[in-house]
Parts: sequence; C-alpha cells; structure tokens
Amino acid sequence: MSINIEKLRQEFPILQQVVNNRPLVYLDNAATTQKPKVVMERLLRYYETENSNIHRGAHFLSSQATEAYEQARKTIQRFINARHHYEVIFTRGTTEAINLVASSFCKKFIKQGDEILISAMEHHANIVPWQMACEDYGAVLKVIPMNEAGELDMNAFQQLLGKKTRLVAVTHISNALGTINPVKEIIDIAHARDIPVLVDGAQATPHMAIDVQAMDCDFYCFSGHKMYGPMGVGVLYGKEKWLNEMPPYQGGGEMISEVRFDKTTYNELPFKFEAGTPNVADVLGMEAAMNFISSLGHEAIAIHENSLLQYATDRLQELEKIRFVGTAKQKTGVLSFLFTDIHPYDTGTILDKLGIAVRTGHHCAQPVMDFFDIPGTVRASLALYNTREEIDILMAGLQKVREMLA
Amino acid sequence: MTGIDAKAQEVIEEFELFDDWMDKYNHLIELGKSLPEISDSDKEDKYLVKGCQARVWLLAGLENGKVVFTADSDALITKGIVALLIRVLSDQPPGDIVDADLSFIDKIGLKEHLSQTRSNGLLNMIKQMKLYALAYQRSGQA
Ligand SMILES: Cc1ncc(COP(=O)(O)O)c(C=O)c1O
Repeated sequence: MSINIEKLRQEFPILQQVVNNRPLVYLDNAATTQKPKVVMERLLRYYETENSNIHRGAHFLSSQATEAYEQARKTIQRFINARHHYEVIFTRGTTEAINLVASSFCKKFIKQGDEILISAMEHHANIVPWQMACEDYGAVLKVIPMNEAGELDMNAFQQLLGKKTRLVAVTHISNALGTINPVKEIIDIAHARDIPVLVDGAQATPHMAIDVQAMDCDFYCFSGHKMYGPMGVGVLYGKEKWLNEMPPYQGGGEMISEVRFDKTTYNELPFKFEAGTPNVADVLGMEAAMNFISSLGHEAIAIHENSLLQYATDRLQELEKIRFVGTAKQKTGVLSFLFTDIHPYDTGTILDKLGIAVRTGHHCAQPVMDFFDIPGTVRASLALYNTREEIDILMAGLQKVREMLA
Repeated sequence: MTGIDAKAQEVIEEFELFDDWMDKYNHLIELGKSLPEISDSDKEDKYLVKGCQARVWLLAGLENGKVVFTADSDALITKGIVALLIRVLSDQPPGDIVDADLSFIDKIGLKEHLSQTRSNGLLNMIKQMKLYALAYQRSGQA
C-alpha cells in the first residue's frame, strides 16, 4: 500500500502554516516530528473524559484511566515486540531512559576499572550519562571509532571488547549522520562474550519496524516526540532479567510495595521504575502515534522516505561546493551537509527566511563535528509527510544561499 | 542624545530603505565583508565570544578615553551584525557603552538574532562589549 501524501498532510495542521510569509517547509524531523490530529485528539479526549490518577483511586474514572494506561503499555509491547508488557518502562524520553540504565545498571554492575563502550557517533544523551557513571565508579569509557563515511569500524569494535567491558551502548541510527548501525551484529558479537547492549533508538522508531526480541538487545530507548507523538514521554525497554536485578532509579509513590520507616520493599516490574504520578495523557498520545504509524505500515513509510532521500541526495549533489557529512551505505532520511565556502549558520539563517526549517550546528553530537573537523552542518531530516516539492524548495533555497553568500 | 543614540538612529534610517528581507541581508553581508580585518594572531580562543554557533572574536582597546572594538567572525551574517554593533558602539565613552540602549536591533528587524536559539551569541556579544566598557570605566582610565 502506498501513502497518499497530500491527504496525509491534512492530518498535520501545523504543516499548513505560513512562516516568514512563505508556506512552511518542515525539514527538522530528527529534532522532533509534527503531530497528527489523532494524537492531539487523544490528549484532548483524555483530559475531557478520563483524567484521574491511576493505580490509586478505586473510583470509576481512575480504573478507566488505569486500564487505558496499561493498555497503552501493551500496544507499545506489541509495537516493539517485547516478550512481556512489564519490560516496557515509561520515561520522559530517550534521555531519561539512558540515564535510568546508567544509574541503576551501573550501581549494581560497574566497579572500579570496568569499561563501558560507546561509539564515536553518539548523541550527547548517550555519552554524558556514561561519563557521569564512569566518574562515580572509577570506570573507563571507550569509544568505537568510525570511518569518513560515518560507519562504525567493526574490527576496532571487536578489539575494544575486553574482559573488563561491562556494557555496550550504541545508537541504532545517528541523528547527525543518518547512519543505520548494524546493531544486530554488534549485539551478537557482544553477547558471545556475555556483554549486554543498550541501543539508543530515538532516531529509529519513526522509520523502521523494531523487534527487540529478534534484535536481542538488552535495553532499547526511544522518545515519543520523534515518532509523531507528544513531547515529554518515552520508553525504556529492558529485558526482564536485567530490570529485576537493577535497583530502583527514583524513590516515591507507586514504586513501592510496602513502606515502613525501618524498611521499604519495592514494587514489581514495571512499577519499580515508575516513581510518582506518570505522564498518563502523553503515554496515551504516544500510543495513538504508534497506531498511526502502524496504520500506514512501516514498509510504506520506508519506501516513501527512501525514495525521497534518494531524490534529495541526487538534487543536492548538483550544488557547487557542497560537502555531505555522513555517506554511509545504510542510512535514513538525514541530509547533513555544508558548503565548503559558507558557514552553516549563514546557510540556515537564509533558509529560515525562506520558510524552510532545518537545523544547523553540532546536533548534540560535538564529537562527530570534531571528527570531521567542521563547525557544524546544515541538517535536513525527512519524515513521512515530506514531499519532492519541498525538496525542490530546499534546493531553490540553497541556490539562493549561494547567490547571496558565495 | 549620546553619540551611540545618534549612530543607532542612523542605522535605523539606513535599514528603513529596504522593504525586502533579502536586500536587508545582502546589506548585512556587505557590512560584514567591509569590517576591517583583525590579524590572525588575534584570533585566539581567549577572545572568542561564548555561545555563538559561529565563532566571533572580539577585542577592545582604549584610545583617547574611548573604547575601540575590533572583531571578526567565520560566518558572514554574524560578521555583519558584529559590524553593526561596532559601528554603533565603537569609539564611544565607556559610560555611554555601559548604559547604551540597543533596541535598534529590534527596530531594524533583526530581533530573531536576539532569540535564545539563534544566538545567545548576539546577546553575549553585547554583554561582552559592555563588560569591556565597564572594566575601562572602573579602572578609571577614562
Ligand atoms: C540519537 C538520539 N539519542 C537521544 C536523543 C535524546 O532524545 P530526547 O531529547 O527526546 O530525550 C536524541 C534526540 O535528539 C537523539 O537523536
């Protein structure tokens, strides 16, 4: 089934907007995606008819909201094909999910001199929490290098895995480069040495079907807002055996079994990791976003986005002095580039004036920019509602940039 | 009316001539290109203004009781904005710079460059210029 883009765009009211007197061309989807009406309607319906605190009150509304919330957990379980619904932990987003593991896993399993392995293309969210944990426990952070195309060096990866490696944390898809990493291969290699693997899936869930059992990752983290859902909500998937062994992350209501002043016992999964009143409305919104994606089908989305990426890459290549950053063989719809004679910030400023939303800068991946020895890039990132006409507008905008600044 | 106010007024009138954003930005780019070069040896990290997406080097000196600024940036539009700031604030008494009202940036339609995401840069640039002036004012050299 192919997607009728024009019809689909009607589902995203914000896309009809005019900015700087021009129709908005939104190409900053790796930062956050726009939300379809079904997601917003779900939020509204929750607050209009279901709002109440969950797992607590014995009254009608509370049990209805609790039911909806736990149903959403099951939808998400199916969406990523987790074995158990209680392996789905709700968080504020990818960042919090990674911090949870960095805090709880490391507390239990990391000792002085141990090593944690990340990669050269990580988002700051998958660097800094590990640095903090390493500092706390006297562990060492090691980095898998990449090549000029922005692909991980798998030989170096094997060499870096050692007796002291306790965890590998890599991104599924790089937000700065678009590279799709061979996570299955990484996991198989690490597992052969009994080393668990955390995958940062923030950029993957909007673009491809995720099957955590087939992938066999130990942890998988993602954010609702990057997959057409609301901001401020996300998921940590963790294998039951790890989640059971890890101590709680935060203390508070909901995560306890019994509280006495001399001793508190903790609740079972998933509640052990969900202290306090959760973000119920946004969890339901995220569920609606997943249903929206499923109704279109991952395959249809990928076909559209890949053909758009191919078209955009071909078109942009016509431009003089353009340098693409991130030319991996396996990549998603991220076009990271700069003109060798124009600062990316200047390029972004002019594009903005033309109603084109791209991101410029280091994209929360400063080490990536240092590796390529550039101040930053212009990043156009695609979503399922983008069109060839929008790529043409981007292309014309970039020609205008060259006219003005080259 | 201080010398700074007069210069700011001049800039406002100059920008009123442009009714198209593109002309305005072309003008900014030209201003950037015409900003006197600073020597490469002055492009030291200690002169970098923090928080800009582009690198901006800003230097100050005191001549005849007035603060003289020189600057450079690796982005042209940023450099144009720096050039505007220098035109308005450079070669003025430290006290006037410290107290300067810089609403002209808003009035010529470059307000977005004052926004948090765009460039804390421009705000930091202004802050840095005022700090230089304040230091000269305090040291009583002026
Ligand atoms: C690869 C990657 N990891 C982590 C994050 C952090 O996600 P969030 O800010 O939603 O927690 C992002 C978002 O920019 C990302 O692209």
